[in-house]
Order: sequence, then structure tokens, then C-alpha cells
Amino acid sequence: MLLISCPWCGEREETEFHYGGQAFVSYPADPESLTDEEWAQYVFFRDNPKGDFAERWVHSAGCRRWFNTVRNTVTSEFLS
Amino acid sequence: MEHPDWLWRTPEPKKSYDVVIVGAGGHGLATAYYLARNHGITNVAVLEKGWLAGGNMARNTTIIRSNYLWDESAGIYEHSLKLWEGLREDLEYDFLFSQRGVLNLAHTLQDVREGMRRVNANRLNGIDGEWLTPDEVAKVCPIVNTSPDVRYPVLGGTWQPRAGIAKHDYVAWAFARKADRYGVDLIQGCEVTGFITDGNRVTGVETNRGPIHAGRIGLAAAGHTSVLASTLGIRLPLQSHPLQALVSELLEPVHPTVVMSNHVHVYVSQAHKGELVMGAGIDSYNSYGQRGSVHVIEQQMAAALELFPVFAHAHLIRTWGGIVDVTPDASPIIGRTPVENLFVNCGWGTGGFKATPGVGWVFAHTLAHGEPHELNEPFTLERFTTGALIDEHGAAAVAH
Ligand SMILES: Cc1cc2nc3c(=O)[nH]c(=O)nc-3n(C[C@H](O)[C@H](O)[C@H](O)COP(=O)(O)OP(=O)(O)OC[C@H]3O[C@@H](n4cnc5c(N)ncnc54)[C@H](O)[C@@H]3O)c2cc1C
Ligand SMILES: [Zn+2]
Repeated sequence: MLLISCPWCGEREETEFHYGGQAFVSYPADPESLTDEEWAQYVFFRDNPKGDFAERWVHSAGCRRWFNTVRNTVTSEFLS
Repeated sequence: MEHPDWLWRTPEPKKSYDVVIVGAGGHGLATAYYLARNHGITNVAVLEKGWLAGGNMARNTTIIRSNYLWDESAGIYEHSLKLWEGLREDLEYDFLFSQRGVLNLAHTLQDVREGMRRVNANRLNGIDGEWLTPDEVAKVCPIVNTSPDVRYPVLGGTWQPRAGIAKHDYVAWAFARKADRYGVDLIQGCEVTGFITDGNRVTGVETNRGPIHAGRIGLAAAGHTSVLASTLGIRLPLQSHPLQALVSELLEPVHPTVVMSNHVHVYVSQAHKGELVMGAGIDSYNSYGQRGSVHVIEQQMAAALELFPVFAHAHLIRTWGGIVDVTPDASPIIGRTPVENLFVNCGWGTGGFKATPGVGWVFAHTLAHGEPHELNEPFTLERFTTGALIDEHGAAAVAH
């Protein structure tokens, strides 16, 4: 079980959180101009690095707020 | 006691091969075997960074079935099940394939509808399947708790009699032994770290044991496919997650079949030796750590106990994890990549053991001809752009 640090509530057990996947994937600024390839990238493709990964979590069973972290996907150590 | 004969040689890598396969799990080994057997291509190496079949092939719960929803899936999974049915004779090796059937339980109205629809779809595709009432479920597997006064009562289930289990390690060794006899080089302790390219074409791999040239290259690296593809700047719609399983101590035979439940989320069979083998769900987060969280195991044990009260007597002996590569539509990707002469077989996620012979067959075809077999034609990378997804979340939602 991961121990995750919520920026508002401090360290809590993983079961209080839900995972949100890769961080900083924003909705396309000009959706109408996107090609099919660009839509595919936005909807289905995410980075999958072995190493540091910027990702999102939501503290569902706590303050219910979203936040970003950087976690190492091999050691599961949170770097920020 | 004499040491038994080795089942395969331990060759030094040659400078070049017609085909190099990355990853000696079940899929890589089966691909090498069928390249030799079906296509006469024997100048082949399978490169494995660890030991042969020490990845997910050694860690899965060995469920074999073909009762998926869509025609595309019926094509490849049923092809695989048919191959399983003759594989022991073909490989001349007993790997304890046991067609004891699989029950997929329904606990909600939605489950019931999905299950009935899937049975009908299976039958239209010539795949065996039946819908069972709770009483019929109890006849097939008397230790399932079918009483109505539990949190999620059993409302029925789908039944595929030809489904079953096999001994995963033996399957890998059986393929390895035959591939080796055809002259395929199985090279362990050989990690692929990058590719040798010429323009938009791969011509070989870089490894910890030096460069190895290849006419065509097939990736069968399961959870690590993204890592390899990223060295060429190829992005794949894969996320790698831990998936855990566990066993109990050896018990008298109590469990005659395979039971899976999407809703309470567990899948259980009893291995030949007598352990109860149970699988969990994936951990939610991306990871290459090959271990998962304890609460996932706890949830799975709670589910197992609700379905099988008799398991309260059993003890947890061992848990472990593998790294599975999950796609957005719960179907694999088998075919070309944007780079010439590089082909992928990936995205099998939680359910690729059952496909081992089937995927070996079609991936070998793909590597031999440079284009897909008709059975893997739909499973392209392009489907995420065209929208022709093969959504198997219903049939595959519980990891398996
Ligand atoms: C706990 C668990 C339970 C499962 N239960 C089932 C089930 O009941 N039924 C079912 O059908 N499926 C199940 N699966 C899924 C199934 O195990 C996988 O889909 C399947 O094993 C993947 O194919 P493979 O055997 O070739 O993979 P693997 O055995 O993982 O083979 C990939 C190989 O590639 C090697 N490799 C990776 N990177 C490199 C590199 N750079 N260089 C060289 N080699 C490399 C790895 O070391 C590994 O040996 C389960 C998986 C897990 C983890
Ligand atoms: Zn919080």
C-alpha cells in the first residue's frame, strides 16, 4: 500500500485516493482543427515511462481535491 | 540421481538472424516455434533479458477460454483454444492441459444481460457456451455459495465447458524445447537496450551482449513493450500495471472447475497439486515494480470467501505480481509499427496466457510475410485512430 501525501491533508493511505494517470494532458485548445491522429493521441495515448512519472491523484475519501505528483514507477517513491 | 537432460541449448548469440524476437515468455517462444514449424524459418533468435519464461508466463493463473464478445476476439481466442486441444501431441510434451470448464458468474442485472448476450454471441461464432441458473451453477460447482442472502447473490453465470487450465511453466518449456530442436537460438541474460536503424527501418538490436542484426524484429516483451518502443520514439497506447495472484497450501480436491466473478472480482481454480490459485485485479497506478499493494489482495480474499465459505479453512501461502500492459479497449495490438521491419505483439494485459499458441501462430505469420494473418488483421495499432476498437471490457474486466 502506498503512503500518499495529499497537499491539503498530509500523508494518507492509498485506499483513500483514486488514480488519475498522466498529469498535464490538457483538453485541446482548438478541438475542431485536430486531425484523427491528434485526437487518437489525446484520447488513447499516454506516456508509460519506467522511471519518474508526473501523474494525478484525487483524495476521494478525504478533501476530494485533485493534485499532481511525480512518482518513480519502479520504486514507487514520490519525488514531489 | 542423474541430472535430467537440458530441454534446450545455451548458445552464444550469432551476429545476425533472419528474425529476432525480443522476450522469451510464452508468446515469444510460441512465435519462434511456429516460425520454424509453419514457415520453415529457423535462423531465429529469442532474446530474453532474464531467464526463460520468468515474466508473466511464470506468474499467471493459467485460465484458458475463448468466450469473448466480439467476432474479432472469437477468431483469435478460439483459434488458440483449438490449438491447445492438439498441442500436447504437437509438442510431444505433457503440460497438464485440463478442460474443466469456466464459470463466469453474474451478480447484477447488468452482469446477467452481458452474460446472456455473450453466450449468444459465442454460439453464433461456433464457440461452446451456455447460460446457467443459480441451481445449475451449484451443480457444476457445489462449493459456490448460491444462497440469496449474501451481499451479491449469484444470479446465474456463463459456462464454457471447453475452457480450463494448464501448467504454465511446462507450456513454456514445451515450446522452448521444440523451437530449440528446429535450431532456434534461445538466449537468456540478453537484454535489448535499443535498435540499430537505417532510415525508417530497423536492421538489428543493441544488447548487453553486443549488437545483433536481424531481417525482421518482433517485440513480445509484455509489460516492457513501451520501454523498448520509446527508444525509437514510438508511442503505444499501453499502460503498465502490477497484477497480483496468490496460492493457498495444498488441499484435497474441492474445486472442480474455474470460477470467475467480475463483480466481486476474483477468479479461482485448484491446481493439479492442490493449491487454490486466485487472481486479483490490477493495482490502479502505473508501475514496473513487479509487486502490488496488500489491500488488493485483501479485497480479493474477501471476495473469494463470500463466494466460497469453505475457503475460510485455507491459508495464504504466497503472493506475487507481474507487470501487465493494458490497452484502452482490453484487446491486444499485433502487427506493424510505424517503423519498417519492426512488429509488435503487446497489450495482452491481464489475459494473454490463453492466447499463447494462437498468438504464436499469427505473429509468426506476420513476421514471416511482413503482413498480418487474417486473424490479427483487426488488432492493429491504427484502430485507435480509425476508431475500430475491439471493446472487450465486459469479457475481460476481471483480470484473467
Ligand atoms: C498475476 C497474473 C495472472 C494472470 N492470469 C492470467 C490467466 O489466468 N489467463 C490468461 O490468459 N492470462 C493471464 N495473465 C496474463 C498473461 O500472463 C500475459 O498476458 C502473458 O503471459 C504475456 O505474454 P508472455 O508470456 O510472452 O509475457 P512474459 O512472460 O512477461 O514475457 C515477456 C518477456 O520479455 C522479456 N523482456 C522484456 N523486456 C526485454 C528486453 N528489453 N530485452 C529482452 N527481454 C525483455 C521479459 O523479461 C519477459 O520474460 C496473468 C498475468 C498475471 C501477471
Ligand atoms: Zn486531501
